[in-house]
Amino acid sequence: MASHRQRRLLAFSGAVVLALTVAACGGKSEPTADGKLDTPECAAYKDYTGIAGETVTIYASIRDAEAVLLENSWKPFADCTGVKIEYEGSGEFEAQLKVRVEGGDAPDLAFIPQPGLLEFFAKGGKLKAAGEKTKAMATQNFSPDWLKYGTVNGTLYGAPLGANVKSFVWYSPALFKEKGWTVPKTWDEMIKLSDTMAAAGVKPWCAGIGSGDATGWPATDWIEDVLLRDQGPDVYDQWVTHAIPFNDPKIVSATDRVGSILKNEKYVNGGIGGVKSIATTTFQDGGLPVVQKKCGMHRQASFYANQWPQGTKVAEDGDAFAFYLPPIDPAKGKPVLGGGEFVAAFSDTPAVQAVQTYLASADWANSRAKLNNWISANKGLDVANVANPIDKVAVGILQDSGAVFRFDGSDLMPAAVGANSFWKGMTNWINGTDTKATLDFIEGTWPK
Amino acid sequence: MNFDFTAEAPKLMMLLYGVIAFAAVVGLLLLVLDVLPARKDRWIALGLLAPAGLLLTVGLVVPAVRTVVLSFMNAGSDEFVGLDNFLWIFTDKNSGMLPDFGANPVQYGVLLSTLLWVLLVPTVSTAVGLVYAVMVDRSRFESLAKSLVFMPMAISFVGAGIIWKFVYEYRQEGADQIGLLNQLVVAMGGTPQQWLLDGPWNTLFLIVVLVWIQAGFAMVVLSAAIKAIPADIVEAARIDGVTPWQMFWRVTIPSIRPALVVVLVTISIGTLKVFDIVRTMTGGQFGTSVVANEMYTYSFRADEKGKGAALAVLLFLFVIPIVIYQVRLMRRRRLEGAR
Repeated sequence: MASHRQRRLLAFSGAVVLALTVAACGGKSEPTADGKLDTPECAAYKDYTGIAGETVTIYASIRDAEAVLLENSWKPFADCTGVKIEYEGSGEFEAQLKVRVEGGDAPDLAFIPQPGLLEFFAKGGKLKAAGEKTKAMATQNFSPDWLKYGTVNGTLYGAPLGANVKSFVWYSPALFKEKGWTVPKTWDEMIKLSDTMAAAGVKPWCAGIGSGDATGWPATDWIEDVLLRDQGPDVYDQWVTHAIPFNDPKIVSATDRVGSILKNEKYVNGGIGGVKSIATTTFQDGGLPVVQKKCGMHRQASFYANQWPQGTKVAEDGDAFAFYLPPIDPAKGKPVLGGGEFVAAFSDTPAVQAVQTYLASADWANSRAKLNNWISANKGLDVANVANPIDKVAVGILQDSGAVFRFDGSDLMPAAVGANSFWKGMTNWINGTDTKATLDFIEGTWPK
Repeated sequence: MNFDFTAEAPKLMMLLYGVIAFAAVVGLLLLVLDVLPARKDRWIALGLLAPAGLLLTVGLVVPAVRTVVLSFMNAGSDEFVGLDNFLWIFTDKNSGMLPDFGANPVQYGVLLSTLLWVLLVPTVSTAVGLVYAVMVDRSRFESLAKSLVFMPMAISFVGAGIIWKFVYEYRQEGADQIGLLNQLVVAMGGTPQQWLLDGPWNTLFLIVVLVWIQAGFAMVVLSAAIKAIPADIVEAARIDGVTPWQMFWRVTIPSIRPALVVVLVTISIGTLKVFDIVRTMTGGQFGTSVVANEMYTYSFRADEKGKGAALAVLLFLFVIPIVIYQVRLMRRRRLEGAR
């Protein structure tokens, strides 16, 4: 009988523990804060009245140190208005956001980095259109190019937040100075410089497109950046939305232009090997020969600043710096390839709209930029608040009156192409497949 | 690296909930069984089988049925498309499943690569494991020698992939090689190669990794089987004056046949599912992709659920003959045992 008693005891204790845990999960109190909008230090926020004590939840992919900076950036606003902003960052943001929205647990605001995902929620009727004040603030601070990616069927859903610029060419200012080379301002100058470098015994370009299961993406950025310059933004838009086929002669022309650099044995792959070594070199390693002065130029986004070895001085007079990938025809403006987040709202209470408006303001952009490591296409962003030299250049490019901004195309295409066949195709292209066969293959995989 | 318990609190809580829920369910079950009247045996059997049955249904049967259903649906799983996804596998040139020898570089296709894996890994691993087991049997350093070969079994596939990726690493001629294989080639006066770039050799270089892992498994199982051969048989053979060669083919192999079959079947099924090594080392690029890798890519990255599910079903169909063979073999052996 002893064993019976033991079993009962075990069962009973199991049930008790379960009950206790359930009890421990319930209950939560909401502290309320009073606004102090009339104090002088809060003058900047005097328009945001009547939201004291309200709570606004924000969900995004930004985590850890970056998330702390984010929370600090809106602290003055929250303290003054009395609104409580609850931020949550997740590594599985994109997948989890869908789950939460489907499950009726949507956050008030989400920072969405893919226009496609924003469109998905807007078309599903999940998003609330931006309020009048938000719209006015966004229109005042962002170019139509940017607003377009937060707009679905003519309605603005999300104002842009942060930005990143991909149209950069990294180089070694030290090597340029040593050899008397200057930063090229046009495409032709850049090709001429490439020939000069090749003649001087320095391979002008280096690249790496390896990225684990995402191998190939740096090459897609190359194509997008050059297509914008070779054919202009209108063709780019048609290509992204599949209004023209992927293997259109215009795309062939742009791809061949990339090939004249990346598949040119005279030009690549500085410090690493031949053309095919591009396919097996990781994108992290692809530009490192620049600081070893074994490679002249490396096209990669501004975030490549984090890849240089420790102790590398990233500055105009340092070991590594970047120039803007020059236009082919300067008369057609200055194309900028990049990305960014958009602040979409799943709720339209006054407090949510107030926070949404504030995040589109120059006030917030400057507040965040002062905390370092962050830029935005916000016209009100003061370059003086941006500390990092490469970020300063990026802000300059974004705020240039001739700038034509386009979002990274592979992020806008259906995943079957943008996150699969485009990558595969470009990898095979580097590995020897000709341009036509490559583009025919990608066109064949576009979902019908 | 230090492990921060506070940062991992949510995960630990989840683990705690799991353990508590398990204890609660088992406790409740025992409690109920305890108070149930009469005809206890049947109730107890049913009660104890129920959790396993339920979990099998939820975790295996339902997903399997759902995958089959999804394989007949479109990318968004909201429209029935018949056999389109399967036709796509076998007829669409752009699916990359079939070989295209006219392409430059030649595309060997996912199906052919998978076949190469399934043919080579089980046979080579078993052969290497068997020869090794026979060689070290009863030698002075047997346990040390066996541990060395068995060690790779303890390494995860991803870990093994990373290790071998370094072995195959390439730097241009003249630069310092950081890959072991290229360093050896250079030391012997050759030029460094990009091992993982050109087919079909790159698939063979990946296969070596799985053989490296699985040979240990084969060796351990077969070594145990060899030790279980009755001493009188071996002795009788010795008295008859067999050569070592005859001993191996006429005595050892027939005696360990059941173990050999188990090893071959187990490794074959494991090989069909190979995913981690390919994904870690090449990401399925350069024509090295296999069915399992494509299944994952289409389902979770390309938003093509139908095609992904169809590939999963295909993989399932490939495994079935091996499983049937294994089940029949087991049944026959049981009958023989009964006789």
